Amino acid sequence: MKTMTNPKVQIDNVTKVFSGHKKNSPVLALDTTSLTVMPNEFITILGPSGCGKSTLLRIVAGLEEQTEGHIYLDGNEISGPSSNRGMVFQAYSLFPWLTVEENIQFGLKNSQMSPAQRKEVVQNYIELVRLNGFEKHYPRQLSGGMQQRVAIARALANDPDILLLDEPFGALDNQTRTLMQELLLEIWEKSNKTILFITHDVEESIFLANRVIVMTSRPGRIKADIPIDLHYPRPYNIKVDHRFLAYKEQLTELIREESLKAMMEVK
Amino acid sequence: MEKLVKNEEAVEQAPILPVHNKNKKNRNKKWLQPQENIPHKLYLTVSVSSVVLLFAVWSLLTYSGLVDPLFLPTPTEIIYSGMVLFTEFGFIHDITITVYRVLAGFSIAVIIGLPLGILMGTFKVVEAFFEPTISAIRYMPASAFIPLFILWIGVGELEKITIIFVGTFFSLVLMTAVEVANVRRELLEAAYTLGRSNFSVLLSVILPASIPGIMEIIRLILGWAWSYIIVAELVASSSGIGSLILESQRMLKTGNIIFGILTIGVLGLLSDLILKVSIRKMFPWHYGR
Ligand SMILES: Nc1ncnc2c1ncn2[C@@H]1O[C@H](COP(=O)(O)OP(=O)(O)OP(=O)(O)O)[C@@H](O)[C@H]1O
Ligand SMILES: [Mg+2]
Repeated sequence: MKTMTNPKVQIDNVTKVFSGHKKNSPVLALDTTSLTVMPNEFITILGPSGCGKSTLLRIVAGLEEQTEGHIYLDGNEISGPSSNRGMVFQAYSLFPWLTVEENIQFGLKNSQMSPAQRKEVVQNYIELVRLNGFEKHYPRQLSGGMQQRVAIARALANDPDILLLDEPFGALDNQTRTLMQELLLEIWEKSNKTILFITHDVEESIFLANRVIVMTSRPGRIKADIPIDLHYPRPYNIKVDHRFLAYKEQLTELIREESLKAMMEVK
Repeated sequence: MEKLVKNEEAVEQAPILPVHNKNKKNRNKKWLQPQENIPHKLYLTVSVSSVVLLFAVWSLLTYSGLVDPLFLPTPTEIIYSGMVLFTEFGFIHDITITVYRVLAGFSIAVIIGLPLGILMGTFKVVEAFFEPTISAIRYMPASAFIPLFILWIGVGELEKITIIFVGTFFSLVLMTAVEVANVRRELLEAAYTLGRSNFSVLLSVILPASIPGIMEIIRLILGWAWSYIIVAELVASSSGIGSLILESQRMLKTGNIIFGILTIGVLGLLSDLILKVSIRKMFPWHYGR
């Protein structure tokens, strides 16, 4: 994997300041952050609440504009959102007036595919996220976990090079969350996608990633960049492996430091 | 957002069967529980009994002679007045003309107001341009404009239609704009990351997301149109339900006045019901499960 390939995404000294509204003073959300992501990497980003994780991801998606710095995709600077960077939001981003299959098909509408081809792609992804039988359901008829699976399928159906996920499993219970993690890994191993995945959950960050990025409390910077040297495919019980536990201890300690700092600041 | 959250709860509650059984035991106490649904039959009985009660009090007061029939006639007299109105005074013609005025004025308001409201809710530039004027006019009562309209365009049909238009247009535009502006950002952002352009997002996200709310606004404002039309017809009009009410007052025909008011009530209720039912049919994804 570490041959002479070019980086997929390059985040180059990106700073983000949210200008304050009226009485509020401006907020420095991201402070000169740099990160190089290679093709087919699965990167998870860990950090205390409010440290700028979502902001970073939204800038990469093109939904937010950085105050300073540059984002390169395959060597070209990005400007605005595009279908080559799919995004999965924390919750409630499905179109409520469309059925499951229409939601998944939404991004394909402006592609060159024939209706029959489209139908086939949609059916593939419905099977991939195991929602057979729910094609004609509306989002409000689905549980939270099912909705997130549709959101993932919708992002994947567009075949983006990069998948950006912002705490996609945050609202799910533990069992569902574990199943979804395994499903996402399975999908990633089958494809050549590059994934940036935000989470609060240390275990989740190790289980999924080949690299975990830890961010400092606000203003967000990169505090640590830890390669996870565990083989894929990863069985569920790897979570009790001693190497896994060692990573967990290290990361928990790093996060704790930052959370404490954030608490002190509030005082 | 709120609605979605509520549903999330419903999703979680639905499969828990034992809780349902428990509720069945205490069903008779359910009406004490805030916001809890009550059995359909009970609901219907209570509704019907309120109407029956009103009718009973009315009958008691009038048939017993406690109230002068000049102030409040008996139910039978009112039904009789209604029959005379239909058979001898061509009341159906008055109803038709009133309905026509409401529909004409309100349709024009919708045809111009909806696109304008949608554009205002979508593009801040459009909002900045129209908001100040429309907000100001919105609070000027349409009925106060009647003398001015008579001066400008006379007392014909156009004047009545203009009053309906003015009475509904400005609120319709502003409420539509708010509804459209409240479409959740995540939906737009999801569409952008799925490769949609600015213009495409207006058609494929903003419109479908706000249409049920807009239809509810239309339903609400149509209700106002029915009261504006009566005001318009009370002034300088020789046809329509409003003018009939005014004429009946001159001739002290209380029965006709009440029958006219009831007719307006029924028309309003009917139009509201038609819209309500068709909205629910049109947007199954928005209502119910
Ligand atoms: N649109 C905005 N306007 C002003 N300030 C903002 C805006 N979005 C984010 N911020 C600020 O930027 C900081 C970082 O926010 P961000 O949402 O990126 O945090 P986060 O790391 O994703 O937190 P969480 O884990 O709680 O989701 C916060 O302090 C927040 O107050
Ligand atoms: Mg966030």
